[in-house]
Amino acid sequence: MALDQSFAGRSYPPTEPYEVGREKIREFAEAIGDANPAYTDPAAARRLGHPDVIAPPTFVFAITYRAAEQVIRDPGLGLDYSRVVHGDQRFAYTRPVHAGDRLAVTSTIESVRSMAGNEIVDVRGDVHDEKGEHVVTAFTKLVARKQEPATGSEGDAR
Amino acid sequence: MTAGIAYADVEVGTELPAASFPVTRATLVRYAGASGDFNPIHWNERFAREVGLPDVIAHGMFTMAEAVRVVTDWAGDPAAVVEYGVRFTKPVVVPDDDTGALIEVTGKVAARLDDEARTVRVDLTARSAGQKVLGMARAVVRLA
Repeated sequence: MALDQSFAGRSYPPTEPYEVGREKIREFAEAIGDANPAYTDPAAARRLGHPDVIAPPTFVFAITYRAAEQVIRDPGLGLDYSRVVHGDQRFAYTRPVHAGDRLAVTSTIESVRSMAGNEIVDVRGDVHDEKGEHVVTAFTKLVARKQEPATGSEGDAR
Repeated sequence: MTAGIAYADVEVGTELPAASFPVTRATLVRYAGASGDFNPIHWNERFAREVGLPDVIAHGMFTMAEAVRVVTDWAGDPAAVVEYGVRFTKPVVVPDDDTGALIEVTGKVAARLDDEARTVRVDLTARSAGQKVLGMARAVVRLA
């Protein structure tokens, strides 16, 4: 099934704000085994110049991916969600996410294309804080594979 | 947003301290809960095999999170990372035993980008079971 190319460039309305909690950051830092005190100790974070504990660099993916999911599940786009794997991921930060942030994500489909039978969708998630200031942008490449997964060599199926 | 490593002290080729990160099934269950990614390929062997995987695999985002620790541990302040990207090339296969898998990460300074902003590009490699599991793993880091 061919994807609807007209979706390229399409933006979706910003998500309801996600409120970043200290304990959620702690849970994430513990899950990746990272004992950096900037993630759990407000005083340590403040010594580095941050207003509160900060989140590890990839923490924000949980927020941006939830927003991207709404986009790629848009029935009009025609993506076979069951065949989607995560191809690439990139983040560009203006500042780190910190506890107390209320973050909204605006998702944009950057490109839609077919390559060697795979369908590739690039989604950009621009993350802004309550004041409307940019925090981070997530660039997520999703690949719907041609056939049923068979080799297990294609990375992280989602 | 400054780091502990001085830009002036870093050259192209400077190696970052390498690190290894063990990952077991328990690690993946914990990461699933913390990240909200409950895809069964990360905890259900039967499901993973049904979709053609050799076994349960780690979340790609988990591997991405571990790899950048080599950079944040080196820089001191995680906020020194201004850009970070990877390609997921091979899965980290996590067997159902007490050892699990190991993600081995190395990094080195590949370029000095901007004298004014004091930014460098760090190229990372991440291996598991002898195979590269990330491609194009790069971070832009702002140094002191």
